[in-house]
Amino acid sequence: MTAPWVPATLVDARMETPWSRTLVLDAPEARPSLAGQSIDVRLTAEDGYTAQRSYSLASPAGTRPIEITVDKIADGEVSPYLVDQLGVGHMIEVRGPGGRFFTWTPDLPDPVLLVAGGSGVVPLMAMIRTREAAGGTAPMQLLYSVRTPEGLFYRDELDELAARGRIDVRYVFTRTVPAGWPHQAGRITRELLADFAMLPEHDPLVYVCGPTGFVEAAATHLVRLGHNPLRIKTERFGPTG
Amino acid sequence: MGIFSPGFTGRRREHVPDLPPGQYLERGFPVLTTGPTPHIDRRDWQLTLTTETGERRSWNWQQMLDLGPEEISTDIHCVTAWSKLGTTWRGVPLDRFLDGVETHAQYVMAGCYGGYTTNIPLQESLGRAWVAFEYDGRDLEPEHGGPARLLVPHLYFWKSAKWVNSLRLMREDSPGFWEQNGYSMHGDPWREERYW
Ligand SMILES: Cc1cc2nc3c(=O)[nH]c(=O)nc-3n(C[C@H](O)[C@H](O)[C@H](O)COP(=O)(O)OP(=O)(O)OC[C@H]3O[C@@H](n4cnc5c(N)ncnc54)[C@H](O)[C@@H]3O)c2cc1C
Repeated sequence: MTAPWVPATLVDARMETPWSRTLVLDAPEARPSLAGQSIDVRLTAEDGYTAQRSYSLASPAGTRPIEITVDKIADGEVSPYLVDQLGVGHMIEVRGPGGRFFTWTPDLPDPVLLVAGGSGVVPLMAMIRTREAAGGTAPMQLLYSVRTPEGLFYRDELDELAARGRIDVRYVFTRTVPAGWPHQAGRITRELLADFAMLPEHDPLVYVCGPTGFVEAAATHLVRLGHNPLRIKTERFGPTG
Repeated sequence: MGIFSPGFTGRRREHVPDLPPGQYLERGFPVLTTGPTPHIDRRDWQLTLTTETGERRSWNWQQMLDLGPEEISTDIHCVTAWSKLGTTWRGVPLDRFLDGVETHAQYVMAGCYGGYTTNIPLQESLGRAWVAFEYDGRDLEPEHGGPARLLVPHLYFWKSAKWVNSLRLMREDSPGFWEQNGYSMHGDPWREERYW
C-alpha cells in the first residue's frame, strides 16, 4: 500500500536565498504532518514523463497550507524547476507526508539538539516552528552550518527567536563569514560541538540533517563526544557534502 | 495523473526497462540511515545465527570468508525512489550460513550493530540474499554498511540491513525497525510495496 498522489497548488512563494525558494502549497487531500516529515513531489512533462523527489516540510506539524523550501542544485532535474519555473497558481502532485522516524512532537520533555547542514535545516525548522506553535518549553539548540551568510534560510525568524531566548542558535560558515564575525570559516568540528552543544549528560534528543557527508561527520563527532547513538536521529538529503 | 507541469521536460530521457514502477536511475550511491554510522573493525566483527529453538552459531571474519564468497551483479532499488543498475558486490550466500542447520523457520530477523532490525522471508531469499563485504571491487565503506551488510536485492534496499551482526530464524513473521514504522512487511519493488 502506497499513499496516493494528490494535487497541490502553489499559492505563494518567496525566495529564502538567491538560489532557494519556499513554496506554499495548498494540498487539501494530503495527510496532516508531523514535524520532521517529508513529502514526495512529482512533476509530469507533457509527454507523460515523470520525475519525483522528496522534500521536507518546513511548516509546523498539522498546519495547512504546507511549506517546503527547495535549494537549487545547478544541474538538477527537479529542483531548478521548483525554484525558477513553477508559477503561483500552478499545480504539482504530492504524496505523503511520510517517514515516522525523523520526527519530533512537542509533548516530548527532553532537551533537543538540532544540527543542520545547508537545506537540512528545513525539517528542523518544522520542529522549531511546531514548538513555537505549541508554546513548548523543551530546551532547544540549533547548530546550523552553511557556506556563506547569504545561504542562510529563515534567518530573521531564527534571529528573532534567539533574541527572545526561545532557542539557542549558532551559525557556522564554511566558506565566508560576515564582517566582524567572532569565528573563522570552517566546517563543524568536534571542538565546536563540544563548546556549543548540550552535554551528553543532559541526554538530549539529537536530530542531524543535511547532505550525506555533513551528516556522517557531525553524527560521528557526536558519538565520539559521548552522545548515545540511539538518541541521534539522522536524515541524509543527498550524495554530496 | 492529468496534472502537467508546464515547461517541465525532465532530464533523464533514456529508456530504462529495468526500473520498477516509480523508481529513477541514480548514478551516485545515496546513503539512507536513521542514525550515526557505527565504525566496526573487521577484527571485532561477529555474526551470530540463532534458530527458532535457540541453537546458536557464530562466525568471525575469517570464518565467514571460509564459507566461500561469490561475486554478485545486481540491480538495487531504494524505497526513496532511486535505483542503481548493474552494481557489483562480493559476499557469502545466506544459504551457506544455514548449511546443516535444522529449521522450519519461514522468516529471518536480521539485527545490526547500532540496533537496526529488518525481517526477511526465508524461502524466497535463498539463493537471492548475501552477507556482502565488497562493493564495486572495494571494501564496503562504513556508511554503506561496512564491514558487512545484508544484500537482498529483490526487495527494497532497507531490507539489505547495514552492519549486520545477527540472523534470528523465526516461524512467524514479525516486523523489524522500518516495518514497525509503517513500511511494508515484504517490500517488493516490482509491486511497489512501499511504506504507507
Ligand atoms: C527525505 C529527504 C528530504 C529532502 N528534503 C529536501 C529539502 O527540504 N530541500 C531540498 O532542497 N532538498 C531536499 N532533499 C533533496 C531532494 O530530494 C533532491 O535530491 C534535490 O532537490 C536534488 O534533486 P534534483 O532533481 O534537482 O537533482 P538530481 O537531478 O537528482 O541530481 C543532480 C545532481 O546533483 C546531485 N545532488 C542531488 N541531490 C543533491 C543534494 N541534496 N545536494 C547536493 N547535490 C545533490 C546529484 O548527485 C547529481 O549529480 C531531500 C531529500 C530526501 C531524501
